[in-house]
Amino acid sequence: MAAPPPADERPLVMLAQALFPEFAAALAGRYRFALLADADAAAADEARALLVGGLPRVTAQHLGVLPALKLVACTSVGVDHVDLDACRSRGLSVTNAGAAFAADSADYAVGLLVAVLRRVAAADVYVRSGRWAADGDYPLTTKVSGKRVGIVGLGNIGSRVARRLAAFGCAVSYHSRSPKPSAPYPFVPALRDLAAGSDVLVLSCALTDETKHMVNRDVMEALGKGGVLVNVGRGGLVDEPELLRCLRQGVIGGAGLDVYENEPAVPPELLAMENVVLSDHRAVLTPESIGGVLEVVIANLDAFFSGRPLVSPMEL
Amino acid sequence: VALLAVVATLKLATMAAAGGKPAVLLLRPVDAPFAAALRDRFRVLDLYAPGQALPALAFVAAAAAVPEPPRATVIWGGVRVDASFLDAAPSLRCVVSTAAGLDHIDLAECARRGVAVANSGEVYSTDVADYAVGLLLDVLRRVSASERYVRRGSWAAQGDYPLGSKLGGKRVGIIGLGNIGSRIAKRLEAFGCIIHYNSRKPKDSVSYKYFPNVHELAAESDVLVVACALNKATRHIVNKDVLEALGKDGVVVNIGRGANIDEAELVIALREGKIAGAGLDVFEHEPKVPAELFSMENVVLSRHVAVLTEESRSDLRAHTIGNLEAFFSGQPLLTPVHADSLAQ
Repeated sequence: MAAPPPADERPLVMLAQALFPEFAAALAGRYRFALLADADAAAADEARALLVGGLPRVTAQHLGVLPALKLVACTSVGVDHVDLDACRSRGLSVTNAGAAFAADSADYAVGLLVAVLRRVAAADVYVRSGRWAADGDYPLTTKVSGKRVGIVGLGNIGSRVARRLAAFGCAVSYHSRSPKPSAPYPFVPALRDLAAGSDVLVLSCALTDETKHMVNRDVMEALGKGGVLVNVGRGGLVDEPELLRCLRQGVIGGAGLDVYENEPAVPPELLAMENVVLSDHRAVLTPESIGGVLEVVIANLDAFFSGRPLVSPMEL
Repeated sequence: VALLAVVATLKLATMAAAGGKPAVLLLRPVDAPFAAALRDRFRVLDLYAPGQALPALAFVAAAAAVPEPPRATVIWGGVRVDASFLDAAPSLRCVVSTAAGLDHIDLAECARRGVAVANSGEVYSTDVADYAVGLLLDVLRRVSASERYVRRGSWAAQGDYPLGSKLGGKRVGIIGLGNIGSRIAKRLEAFGCIIHYNSRKPKDSVSYKYFPNVHELAAESDVLVVACALNKATRHIVNKDVLEALGKDGVVVNIGRGANIDEAELVIALREGKIAGAGLDVFEHEPKVPAELFSMENVVLSRHVAVLTEESRSDLRAHTIGNLEAFFSGQPLLTPVHADSLAQ
């Protein structure tokens, strides 16, 4: 990448919220920043780019105070926290983290899947409680290899999940908005049918008006009582109260959840369940992936300010 | 005791009087489907039969005294097959072990007496490989640790749990590239890991980098996975030097045998931050686990469960019966073990 320009020529980038210290340090030499909540009129009029770190809500009102805005650059993969309709109607470009998080998210999805099917976390709790010496039999778990896995959303993350699970000898099928001709897995047009033919359902798609609550009672009944749901997408993809009912009633067999409808609130009922594995929205998070996101953000901003094509534009 | 022995012998004779079918000495507990499958085909002399009170060796001796004594036995890892065991039951010509490892069998002694030994073949290999990958993912990405964090209610109160570490690009050194090690390699390649290995001899059929000793393997790996048998050559094969060579960012995963690792040195290395973490399914003195591990956030522990799935249980049943039927019909065993195939 080009060396950062002299201080007074640095482009202005508006921030939707304060940056993580690592981000701020890495970007300080290249751009000037103003925080949207505190910005004066001059900065608001000047700003052509808005950098959205984390997952704050970015509404039409927020966008409305930035008349020169042309680019909304997000550091996340999912952009459901941004009013995409408003972006579309103003002709704004929106970029996300591209594939920077994809491998780590896929790794974590598989980690959750194995943890649920083979009860890895539960086994650890068991040993730490000192019970091994005292107790007898351990419940049999179920084999991971060879399971039928249905992937919802075969994008950067979903395709990497597929590749990993194929190495376990799993039979992979997928559902998405439209079939991907280059994908070597069967496409299933209806989510319910994918669930019916799968032992595990992995959610790795965007949250939109169409996909909100796509995993409902009907889909979970189709997945069935041995079935496992793994969600590394967004909590809103699943009807969460219905999920709790289905787990409680044994309609499905278990779940691995990295995301929830109202993070960081985790439904207390889940905390008492043995057949779920819970995490704190960490699927994307490794130090290496944060470095990768920085590269994507810098690449997008540099490209934008020098009039070159964006690196990870989203179709709105 | 003499009366007990007489009663036991009478009971055994009754067990053995099922007529026509060959007798099998059953020295491990089995579930109902397994028991039924065995009884369908054999006269089963069952150490674990309800009401059977003799201890193991006495039961073996009593079984050896019935008319048409058993020529085959089904055992597990808890039964030591050595000279005194074989002396107690001279009728035995075949030992079928359902364990994954063979460290409980004196293969040389069996060979000397012409006793054939069958192992569990590849029945467990896939499940153990899956579990090893699950342990590694858990240690590197802190799955169980963040699980505990969320269940404690700490997420809302304290924010995110510390980050884990990426799998892709990690150099994984596999000790033992047999049925289990090769499956681990295949899975981890799909995560973008670089596979290194050590085994008794290099394998021409793979393109992974071979290291002639475990110390050199550790020096050039970020992860060590123990997937080898336990024998004289591999006892404490992961020792203090190897752990130091692995280094402070290194992770150890053990799905072999506890004694493959010098456990005391492992605990010290973890305590002192000389390695970064460990995933352990096996321990030197099971069921005892060093209590110091219980308070460590960077270890993942389980109680020797890597083989325990429904699928491997039913595969084991079919495989064991397959070996027994082969023996009794004079066919080659499905999965014979030869004394010279392992460095003992």
